[in-house]
Amino acid sequence: MSPTGTEDDVAAIAKRWKNKRGSLIMALHGLQDRYGYVPREAAMSLGEQMDVPLARIYEVLTFYNYFRLKSPGKHVVSVCMGTACYLKGAPQLLSRASEELGIKPGETTADGEFHLQVVRCVGCCGLAPVVTVNAKLLAKVTGESLEAHLLTPTTAEDGKA
Amino acid sequence: MARLTVADLEARAPAEAQVSDQPKIKVGMSTCGMAAGAEPVFVALEAELRRRSVEWRVARTGCAGMCSMEPLVEVTLPGQPAVMFGDVTPEFARHLAAACAAGKPLPVEKRVPGIADLARIAGEPVATEGGPRQYRIVMRNCGVIDPEEIDEYLDRGGYKALARVLSTMTPEQVIEELKVSGLRGRGGAGFPAWLKWSLTRESAGEEHLIVCNGDEGDPGAYMDRSVLEGDPHAVLEGMIIGGYVIGAKSGFFYIRAEYPLAIQRIEKALRQARASGLLGNNILGTDFSFNVEIRLGAGAFVCGEETALIASVEGKRGTPSPRPPYPSVKGLWGQPTMINNVESLANLTQIVLRGGEWFSGIGMGKSTGTKVFAVTGKVKHAGLVEIPMGMTLREVVEGICGGSASGSPIKAVQTGGPSGGLIPARELDTPITYEHLQKLGSYMGSGGMIVMDETDDLVELSRFYLGFCVDESCGKCAPCRIGGTQMLRLLDRIAAGKGNEGDIATIRRLAHAMQKASLCGLGQGAPNPVLSALRYFEPEFRGRLTSSGN
Ligand SMILES: Cc1cc2nc3c(=O)[nH]c(=O)nc-3n(C[C@H](O)[C@H](O)[C@H](O)COP(=O)(O)O)c2cc1C
Ligand code: FES
Repeated sequence: MSPTGTEDDVAAIAKRWKNKRGSLIMALHGLQDRYGYVPREAAMSLGEQMDVPLARIYEVLTFYNYFRLKSPGKHVVSVCMGTACYLKGAPQLLSRASEELGIKPGETTADGEFHLQVVRCVGCCGLAPVVTVNAKLLAKVTGESLEAHLLTPTTAEDGKA
Repeated sequence: MARLTVADLEARAPAEAQVSDQPKIKVGMSTCGMAAGAEPVFVALEAELRRRSVEWRVARTGCAGMCSMEPLVEVTLPGQPAVMFGDVTPEFARHLAAACAAGKPLPVEKRVPGIADLARIAGEPVATEGGPRQYRIVMRNCGVIDPEEIDEYLDRGGYKALARVLSTMTPEQVIEELKVSGLRGRGGAGFPAWLKWSLTRESAGEEHLIVCNGDEGDPGAYMDRSVLEGDPHAVLEGMIIGGYVIGAKSGFFYIRAEYPLAIQRIEKALRQARASGLLGNNILGTDFSFNVEIRLGAGAFVCGEETALIASVEGKRGTPSPRPPYPSVKGLWGQPTMINNVESLANLTQIVLRGGEWFSGIGMGKSTGTKVFAVTGKVKHAGLVEIPMGMTLREVVEGICGGSASGSPIKAVQTGGPSGGLIPARELDTPITYEHLQKLGSYMGSGGMIVMDETDDLVELSRFYLGFCVDESCGKCAPCRIGGTQMLRLLDRIAAGKGNEGDIATIRRLAHAMQKASLCGLGQGAPNPVLSALRYFEPEFRGRLTSSGN
């Protein structure tokens, strides 16, 4: 279990969703919200408490892009690659971020500070191109503004990715 | 909040009747507004008013559709028309608040067209002939009310449609009204809503269920997000009416996880509705009981497809299954299930209140009512527009959205997202109806409208769309899985200048096979962007072939 997590959290999530139909994905969202990813121990414990075989949990986790199986690091940088952002230069932003951080999309920096990923539209297409850093949405991003943000990512962002 | 009854709602006077002697200040606080910096603007307005010891409330509102001008602040002085300010900075906000507090005239800078300049609103009088081009039924409250205050929704006639349905209409009468309205599904396919409602109602099962499809998978479109964020109760009210009509006791909102604010607003709307007796047992004091829960997507485009969506709501992998049986016969947990798109449901209250005939009077031919589009890409004013069907593409792209942003001429418009198609600039005078768009090889889709100018490379764009579908293919059926990958390889080759004559013919053959043999709409629709690019822009592909002398 992640150092910040406790059995109690998993128990609370399991209790909330156990007897609701079709709730497995909701419970897994609960875990990811709590830990930033779905730790294996938490998934096992959830499975036991909700009477769902671990194989079924992983079948679901691996199908959906949104779920992460590894800790993503402190700052999750998501470059939107929806059509509107694509047309407004998202591919160039992605290469820039990749270069700046020294990692490919889907990877985390060695110091655990940054995770880079691609998302398919966050619904802010009118202000394309869009990048999110954790819960903070950056609009009309340019190479320069992105770089500035990667240098000082902590301003005004809390919450989870 | 006390539980409401039918009589309470009938007696409620509209907000227009309430006069206020205070200025009304509203800030657009939907996802786009927040991204553009609405929060610091809101804080600055409040702080400046407080500093001047004025106790006016600064209100939050949803997306008015003018996304490229966010942050937006609307100020209405007593007895005067509303004035909208765009690109507002915290500094300007302080200046604005100071002027209001001092009773001085409002600044002349940063003024942009207001909602009343852009759109007529369903049920409100129109000022003049030749007035605004937009017509808002679905977005009638977006950017107008505070979506987190149920009272503001009630003040705009909210839940009156539900009260009318529960107290005076049989399910059959609602279906009849829908039939007269001609409303067709706004999620893409355009299936007649009344028929789906009636089929689900008539299917036998242990229980009936209703699902609101808020997956909004088309990347580059965000109509549904804006409605969920800007007027959550309208969607919920439509859903409760749907539940009554088909005889359901439970309903589900399926919303993509990438829309945290929409989820939060729907959660809040559900809590408020429960507390007000609009949801739960004995709604509005009648014997109708209905509950709604939320289920979240998890980043899979295919889950917008209705059979995959059902699997996902059940908590499983989102793999589609063959139809028939249709969800209306066998859906969630094997029971008759009605799946409606967000925008489809958001039309319901107005159809009930104003009548099916009123609705069918808007639009063109078999495409009645309005459609919301997210117009993005290379236009000057990217944003959301709601237009009566039958308006031409040109009027939307050039008239409402200001045409090309760069000065480079518009080359094409794409509608329908990854299953849709390109429409070349020479066809821009086509009216927007289900039939006309289909004739051009595209389709209505859920409302994405992406504008490209002459600098955009359509071979690359075809690769982009197909690449999206290949990534998102669930892999269950071979035509989609293998056909898509093969076609993408050919496109890669052409884009790299290594393709030959035969490749284009092979692409067409593969496309045909995918359209005919794929299990679900993802694979069936995936070749469309490529085919339509070939249909109108084949020379661009040919120019890249090795034999063309490059
Ligand atoms: C690949 C695929 C993705 C889809 N995505 C969506 C979506 O995101 N939202 C939606 O409302 N409908 C989507 N649809 C259409 C739904 O299957 C379904 O027809 C629709 O939700 C029905 O609602 P309506 O009749 O109100 O349009 C999609 C269909 C396909 C084939
Ligand atoms: S395409 Fe990037 S936010 Fe929609």
